[in-house]
Amino acid sequence: MALENLQQEGFLLTRLDEVIKWARKNSLWPMPMGISCCAIEMMATASPRFDIARFGSEVMRFTPRQCDVMLVAGTVTYKMAKVVRKIYDQMPDPKWVISMGACASSGGMFRSYPVVQGIDQFMPVDVYVAGCPPRPENLLHALLDLQKKIQGEPQLGGRKAGTAEEGHASATTVQSA
Amino acid sequence: MTNAEITEKLKTLVPASILSVEEFRGDLTVVIRREDIVRVAEVIKTDPALAFDLIIDVFGVDMYRPGERFEVIYNVYSLAHRRFLRLKVRIPEEDPTVPTVTGVWPGANWHERETWDMFGIRFPGHPDLRRLYMPEEFEHFPLRKDFPLMGIPDSLPLPRR
Amino acid sequence: MAARNIEDPRSNAMLKALEDQDTTVAFDPLENTMILNMGPQHPATHGVLRLLIKLDGETVLATVPELGYLHRGYEKIAENATYHEFIPHTDRLDYLSPLSNNVAYVLAVEKLLGLEVPPRAQYIRVLVSEMARIASHLVAVGSMAMDVGALTVLLWTFREREKLLDVYDVLCGARFTTSYARIGGLQQDWTPRCTAMLNQFLGEFGEDVEEVERLLQNNRIFIDRCEGVGVISPEECVRMGVTGPLLRAAGIARDLRRDVPYLVYSDLDFNVVTAKESDALARFYVRVEEMKESASILRQALDRLPTGPVNAMEPKRVLPRKERTYTRMEELIHDFILINTGIDPPVGEVYHAVESSKGELGFYIMSDGTGHPWRMKIRSPSMTNIQALPLMLKGGMISDIVAVVGSLDPVMGEADK
Repeated sequence: MALENLQQEGFLLTRLDEVIKWARKNSLWPMPMGISCCAIEMMATASPRFDIARFGSEVMRFTPRQCDVMLVAGTVTYKMAKVVRKIYDQMPDPKWVISMGACASSGGMFRSYPVVQGIDQFMPVDVYVAGCPPRPENLLHALLDLQKKIQGEPQLGGRKAGTAEEGHASATTVQSA
Repeated sequence: MTNAEITEKLKTLVPASILSVEEFRGDLTVVIRREDIVRVAEVIKTDPALAFDLIIDVFGVDMYRPGERFEVIYNVYSLAHRRFLRLKVRIPEEDPTVPTVTGVWPGANWHERETWDMFGIRFPGHPDLRRLYMPEEFEHFPLRKDFPLMGIPDSLPLPRR
Repeated sequence: MAARNIEDPRSNAMLKALEDQDTTVAFDPLENTMILNMGPQHPATHGVLRLLIKLDGETVLATVPELGYLHRGYEKIAENATYHEFIPHTDRLDYLSPLSNNVAYVLAVEKLLGLEVPPRAQYIRVLVSEMARIASHLVAVGSMAMDVGALTVLLWTFREREKLLDVYDVLCGARFTTSYARIGGLQQDWTPRCTAMLNQFLGEFGEDVEEVERLLQNNRIFIDRCEGVGVISPEECVRMGVTGPLLRAAGIARDLRRDVPYLVYSDLDFNVVTAKESDALARFYVRVEEMKESASILRQALDRLPTGPVNAMEPKRVLPRKERTYTRMEELIHDFILINTGIDPPVGEVYHAVESSKGELGFYIMSDGTGHPWRMKIRSPSMTNIQALPLMLKGGMISDIVAVVGSLDPVMGEADK
């Protein structure tokens, strides 16, 4: 009984929340949806010079079941959109999406018939990274922004698991430096 | 061999098939009659003085003019003599077909598929004429001049959000 | 038996294509074949390439590659853009070596215009093309080794690549997609700082390639995984129209820099690297040797770099420099007309090809006299090389697929255009 009271007032959950958020934000394993040129900059971010592993993204698992954040890097065509959405649906909650580059965010320089003008037409996005391709420092900044966002949103109690739309209510944009 | 020599050789080997010869910036383009393209292809591949054995490219052009709307261009290279040659075939809009050259150069397979995908030009005799780039259920031909750059709305499906 | 839960007609057509390739289905279920989808999203397909593989146990019977997952409509965009506007688009074609694509496109347009570029610009174009070749081969070598299992090699080659990208940064302003070449010359001049950085890179490059080779040349696992795998005969290569390191690893010494010389390659001294075995290991070593040859070309070009202007003296076709555009009337007018309506080329058609790191990259431009090309066709080497993939995989094991695709080094940005 007392426990429920405490739960209602949010005391227990606050502390637990903070711990869970800290753990989640510091171990974001990316799912590299590397499609075109931005994928090379993503690989460069994982390379020794810009080392994404020091921010917690230790491995880039290519299976969606083990990943937290999906890095959509590259131009998404209509043919590929079905595949991207399928893989996004296979990722377990909680999950976030970083739309890397101009092509993924808005169609980029390819204003033509097969290119989807932005992945937010069919999937929710948390952070948009501008650039063509964004420099690796830019992508790291986006990752840090995502970590700040995770720190800000309530994980237990306030966030409904399963409906990703709730969590992606506010997306941030990262300008290229 | 210079361009003039190649033209002479072609005129002796296949005189009835050549419609015209153009030369621009050092590139030689020979316009061939549509029905004879396979025979001309075999001739230029097997003749030792010409020996155009490497198929570089096969593609279409939409000239958007009445009469012969499309052109199919064959870009070939000779490994022995180190030169390029361009063959051109003009085809009308009502009957956009060209006999396939995959019997002569098997490497033209995917190029002809791309031409079918982008222009709607059929190649009877092709072993596997499917679309290459667009999804199979796409109904239009993107590189035709009457297809808009942004595409036709709802012609391609998108997963729901 | 083939999977029956197909909802889209496309995979029906592809399955039919697979079934037509001379295999039979036996009554015993253990005797039947399986169709495996190595989907567009896969760690080792070098981009979005989809492979449908028919397997008998672990032996590959037939393969059908499917392209189009990165089809961005370049050729349609080219018909709607001016010649200058298309230069940034060419960066994204073979996105591992963007500078060589820029140079290839600009050479084709200059051939159409009949424009001569000053010698300094030609030497700088050779420099950047060879740097792009080294950068691309570093990624190819690294990712092929990574696919086979040697993860360290990728990290080392990316470290080398970062040095080259630093030179690009200083030279062009961008690390990666540079859009450096312009019609009639280059965007900006080569500086002494770039020479110093490139010299430093070349000083260290020899040993770094040696290190990578030392890791792999006696490595039992690497050799066993790559030797004799993905063999294709030279006649098959020629029949399928394959070009580039694949053709050279099959023994045919075709290199456009020597056969149909462009820029100043006829003045430079380099070897065309070939191999005999035409398997994955041979292609790997062809690429490593080509990197060394490129380093030697870079040294020669740096020694001979002439002084002089970098842009051709043709105000009606060459974009003027920005500081002059903002301060002088003539240049302002020229800039306005060139950007808005484009250059005015003659009516005609040209084809120009260069030897890029993947093979023969060619641009066919048909011009109707206006500022937009009427038709632009990009002859992409990766598309023709992938066409030969089913021949290389036939009869091999399923684990060889990754090694063969790695040795093929396709770049889907240019294969799908």
